[in-house]
Amino acid sequence: MQILAQVAFILALAIGIGIFIRNIRRMIRNINLGREIDRTDNSSKRWKKMVKIALGQYKMVRRPVSGIIHVIVYLGFIIINIEVLEIIIDGIFGTHRVFSVAGAPYSFLIGAFEILAFLVLVGVIIFWIRRNVLNIYRFKARELTEWPKNDANYILYFEMVLMSLFLIMNAADYQLQLNLAPHYAMASGEIAGAFPVSSFLLPLLDGFSDSTLIIIERTAWWLHILGILFFLNYLYYSKHLHILLAFPNVYFSKLKPKAEFDNIDAVTKEVQLMMDPNADPFAAPAEAEGAEEEGEPEKFGASDVFDLNRVQLLNAYTCTECGRCTDQCPANNTGKLLSPRKIMMDTRDRLEAVGENINKNGKFVDDGKQLLDDHITREELWACTTCQMCIEACPVGIDPLSIIVEMRRYLMMEQSAGPADLNNAMGNIENNGAPWPYNQMDRLNWATEN
Amino acid sequence: MAENIKVPTMAEFMAEGKQPEVLFWVGCSGSFDDRAKKITKAFVRLLNKAKVDFAVLGTEESCTGDPAKRAGNEFLYQMQAAGNIEVLNGYEIKKIVTTCPHCFNIIKNEYPGLGGNYEVMHHTTFLKSLLEEGRLTVEGGKFKGKRITFHDPCYLGRGNGIYEAPRDLLRKLEVELVEMKRCKKDAMCCGAGGAQMFKEPEPGKEDVNVARTEQAIDVKPEVIAAGCPFCNTMMTDGVKAKNREDNIAVMDIAEMIATAEDL
Repeated sequence: MQILAQVAFILALAIGIGIFIRNIRRMIRNINLGREIDRTDNSSKRWKKMVKIALGQYKMVRRPVSGIIHVIVYLGFIIINIEVLEIIIDGIFGTHRVFSVAGAPYSFLIGAFEILAFLVLVGVIIFWIRRNVLNIYRFKARELTEWPKNDANYILYFEMVLMSLFLIMNAADYQLQLNLAPHYAMASGEIAGAFPVSSFLLPLLDGFSDSTLIIIERTAWWLHILGILFFLNYLYYSKHLHILLAFPNVYFSKLKPKAEFDNIDAVTKEVQLMMDPNADPFAAPAEAEGAEEEGEPEKFGASDVFDLNRVQLLNAYTCTECGRCTDQCPANNTGKLLSPRKIMMDTRDRLEAVGENINKNGKFVDDGKQLLDDHITREELWACTTCQMCIEACPVGIDPLSIIVEMRRYLMMEQSAGPADLNNAMGNIENNGAPWPYNQMDRLNWATEN
Repeated sequence: MAENIKVPTMAEFMAEGKQPEVLFWVGCSGSFDDRAKKITKAFVRLLNKAKVDFAVLGTEESCTGDPAKRAGNEFLYQMQAAGNIEVLNGYEIKKIVTTCPHCFNIIKNEYPGLGGNYEVMHHTTFLKSLLEEGRLTVEGGKFKGKRITFHDPCYLGRGNGIYEAPRDLLRKLEVELVEMKRCKKDAMCCGAGGAQMFKEPEPGKEDVNVARTEQAIDVKPEVIAAGCPFCNTMMTDGVKAKNREDNIAVMDIAEMIATAEDL
């Protein structure tokens, strides 16, 4: 019987971790569909930023209520995972609380886990209330309905169930130890662990026989670990990948000033060629460069996920849809369609659709859809003031603005599809060096007029 | 009031075989927009007063390409940049000061990649350095004790991390500096950035500049201080939209200092 449980456990563990690895591989494959970008410079600065922002939650606490509760849930998540390690060892070898040989430090740890688990439970309930009862702007957006809304709640329910199972398991275990049940009670007669929270649950277990308690303890134990394995695999399908991706995402985030946009090198080449008096306008471009691949001109800007860079695609998987960006976006605040969070969600949705397409067909088969228009509308893109508030607000270093600009580049340079009044301004810049229709020769008139 | 400002051009400096201490990049707004021209002139008066040996490009200056770049027209931006860099490098310009955060950002951060490397300063930072060097003195004058709030321009503040220089100047004016709820890193955009200045806004409930002006009005200022000609226009329009132009002024910090000094 015992050996059967061990085999079942090992099997569950292998399946759970196996599917997780397959999903992560798919995710990496999808991210690699994007353009290459080198963000390996300044590694010490990047590590520091990662420690401060991802590990240290520096930006989270700028909003104290959600920030502090998040820190509790985050600490709980990380620290309680030490307990998962014990569960895995116990599961494989059929032991009971294998780390309890450590004695007093073990009791302290288990006691601390219990308190954390309780705090996490409270925190998650507050999160649920914030999402579902209170009238909070960023949880009311049009992109946060149906699946995204349910997804967020499922995760909260999940955490509630996991924490409750953990406490029930401990309560039953404690009672069994008190009852001196074989396998549970230590030979020394001491209690393995400390149960500052679950001991309050003991009255609920009053009068149960040892065998019933064992069933309760085992059920809670199994559901807890199976729940964790399920959650591990739910991550990929949910908005919750940030618990893993926040770290690489912050590491690879932009270090330059937020207002600094990249220059497109391919455009620089074209401009240089135009400005070069020795350039032969009739020379075939492919021959002139010699090394140009395939002769196909580079596409300017982005109309689909393939045109975005890998950091932008990583950003999309990292976004946990908290909406701090949208909450402070001036366009969104004044009722425009644009929501930076939706830009990230759309990018991921499209990337996932492309990934599914590849899973099915072996390679990407044109599905007649793209990120532009099918997911992100032009109206959204043109509403952006490029104020960089979304980048500033993101607690994990996501840059929605860069995607917006990349898509504007496509509209402007590949499609000549800018708004009419903007095209007028562009024409003025081109013809008279100012966005307004004034003569460049009048540029110094201000110095002499009254 | 008779103008007695001196505005030498780079061409004149070149003809005399001289190099100015700093090039004042005026920008399109500062050159052509009636409201922004007042900022330009106020800043020139301060430069004159501090005896700064400066020059402008005048008719040789052209749009930096900022609206084009933010709108996505990288090609037009790089054409503009190439032309400007050619002129600036031709004059061997080392140091540039500008009253426009958009010009400031693009020349400072984006021109280097295209071969334009200069020390670029926003006029608030430059004025602060003049004060520190003792070349310019600022006293409270008519703004002493007045309630002033500073609206951070995105491309100066969040975009380039400059929050204190403008505030330091306001403190020198001995004003009562009050901060809006959204300030510094969290400051809300005036609505002009990203080439929005040159197009109609998308449909929504409200215009961004009006929303931002409401936030400023909430702290009951007598003056909304600005550091960007576009913010200035947007906030001025916002104050008008709220019918508060009689008791709330929108002024650039350079204008405030020049006015306080009665220049």
